[in-house]
Order: sequence, then structure tokens, then C-alpha cells
Amino acid sequence: MTLDSDTSYRSILKQINWSPYLAGIGIGVLCWIAFGVAKDPLGVTTAFSRISSLFAIPLIGAEGVAQNTYWKSMPLHFDYGVIFLIGLMLGAFVSAAVSKKLQIEVVPTRWIERFGGAPIKRFVGAFVGGVLVMYGARMAGGCTSGHGVSGTLQLALSSWVFVIVVFATGIAFSVFFFGRNRGQP
Amino acid sequence: MTPITTSQILLALCIGFAFGWLLHRGKVTNYNVIIDQFLLRDFTVLKVMLSAIVVGGIGVFVLVNLGEAKYAVKDANLLGVMLGAALFGIGMVIYGYCPGTSLAAMATGSIHAAVGVFGMIGGAILYALTFDWVKPNVLSVWSYGKVRLPELTGIPDFLCFLALALGVVALFYFIERRDARKKLR
Repeated sequence: MTLDSDTSYRSILKQINWSPYLAGIGIGVLCWIAFGVAKDPLGVTTAFSRISSLFAIPLIGAEGVAQNTYWKSMPLHFDYGVIFLIGLMLGAFVSAAVSKKLQIEVVPTRWIERFGGAPIKRFVGAFVGGVLVMYGARMAGGCTSGHGVSGTLQLALSSWVFVIVVFATGIAFSVFFFGRNRGQP
Repeated sequence: MTPITTSQILLALCIGFAFGWLLHRGKVTNYNVIIDQFLLRDFTVLKVMLSAIVVGGIGVFVLVNLGEAKYAVKDANLLGVMLGAALFGIGMVIYGYCPGTSLAAMATGSIHAAVGVFGMIGGAILYALTFDWVKPNVLSVWSYGKVRLPELTGIPDFLCFLALALGVVALFYFIERRDARKKLR
């Protein structure tokens, strides 16, 4: 990086991979704004649940959704959290676009090394994994954002228990799922 | 419900945009990076999360003490948190994403992430449909309310943050030294 501030700003925007520390510090500072200005800690799954009620209408009918105890506590409306999710997708999209990293990925490398390149197998895995992730997040009351960052930084007991159990089960299960030395470069 | 104001919409979009951008630049929207974290081959995910927690935690602590922010601690209903976290950890290994990173990855062109987003919608619907059973049988077990670690342990806030910061810096130092030695080999 040069001492010329203008070019250094530009080069850091163009740089595709930021140091994970820089990205983390950025997310930390973002949490100050989320707590101090927006008064709403970063989180994904609560808003996600609101949106999901829309997709439940064809399954159980609008009446069924309206009667559901859970969705009564978080009805669908375009609140702060839902708009935040739109911003999140835009941010990732623009970041990838300006660094020329927009890329269609059907089956990722680590999966191919273990399970082969068949898209249908990967799609089943992604779908089943997605069901578990969201069911678990709702039961625990948050995800990697709501518990993992926003909750732990408040030194909340629930959030520290959440991240420790997520990493412990994830590390143990990945050995079983991916095999210890498979795909080792 | 008070309708959302234009400034709130802009704020949500901006914070979401920055979050999505940082997730992408920090490489945690990449499936392989997340899987390699669980396999303990690459510590990018931990580096991003822990830097965010330390920087965010100290800043938000200051804001709370200045009266500029309020903590929003999640309930420590520990059976639900642990069971949910275990499902989340297993799901995350199979899917390869958590809710926030999956939406960001989908926005950068990951097709399998998009398939998993539908799985997550399924998981959210499944949770809403089983909520009447989960609430009395899981969520009310080992329920301690909105507990924070300083209250639980009797250790004052600033000491908790100091210990956390020192522990995280020591861990980063250890990881970087290990990685440097690996590169030399």
C-alpha cells in the first residue's frame, strides 16, 4: 500500500480478499452503529422467519399461517430486519461485481473432492443442511450473526453456549462427513 | 406497529450492504473456507468472528455505559440453545453456509447456496409448525432468562473484555505462527 491516501483507499477497495482481521474489525465497527444508531443488533434469522410465512401460505393456507402461534409473534411485514437482508445481498453482490468475482458455482470444490460433481447430490445436501440450519437457529433463538457476533459481544450466556456447541458439533461432524484426510491438498 | 420511516429503510440498507460487503471481502461467503474451518485447516472464519466480537464488544460496552445503546440479550433457555446449536452445527457442515453467509453467497452466484435457502425456508416453516410442541417441551427447560457472563461469574465487565481480548490476540498469534511455519515447509 502506498502512502498516498487516495490510491491506498482505491487499492483496498479493489483488493479482492481483505485480511480476515480487517473484515472482522469492520463488522465490529458495524455493530457499534447497529447498537448505537439503529438500535437493532445485526441478525438474520428472525427476519428470515417472517419472510418464510409467505412461502407457508400455499402449504397450510393463509388462514393456517394467521392461526399459527409462532408467526403470530413475528408476522410478515417489511421491517428493519427484512430490509437489512436485502442490503446484505446487495452488498455481497456489488463487492463481488466490482472485484470481478461474480461466478456461477453449482458444486463447490470441497464437496466435489468428497462426493463428486453431481449437482443433484449437492442440491439434496444443501437443501437438507439448510432445513437443519434454520430449524436449529430458530430453536436456539439466533444464528451466527444474532448469537455468534451480536450476542457474544454482549457477553450473553446463551450466545456463548450457542457458538461453542456449534463449533464443537461442527468440528466433530465434519470429521465424520468429510473424513479426516480426504481432499487434503 | 409503527410504520418504518425512510431514514430507517436507508439505515437498514446501508448496514446490510456493509455487512454483505464485509462477509464477501472476508471470504466467508466461500463454501470451501467455511468447510476448511470445521476441518481446522483454515481459521478465516474464527479470525473474522473473534475480531468482530472483540472490537464490537468493547465499543458497544462503551456505548451502553454512555447511555447511547442498550443490551439486547437473548434468553438462556439452555436446552433449546444447545439442541438448536447442535442441529445448526451439523446442518452447517452439510450445507456449508450459515443463514447470513448463504444469502451473501447466493447473491454472488452460488447456485447450491440458493437451493439451501429454500431448505432454510423449509426449516423455518417446520419450526413454526412444531412450535406449539417445542415451546413447552424444549424452550422452557433449563431456562435462566437473559443472563450475562459478568453476572453469572461475578467478574466485572471490563475484566471479561480484557481477558477476551488478550485470549483472542494470543490465539491469533498462535494461528499465524503455525501458518507461517506451514508455509515454510
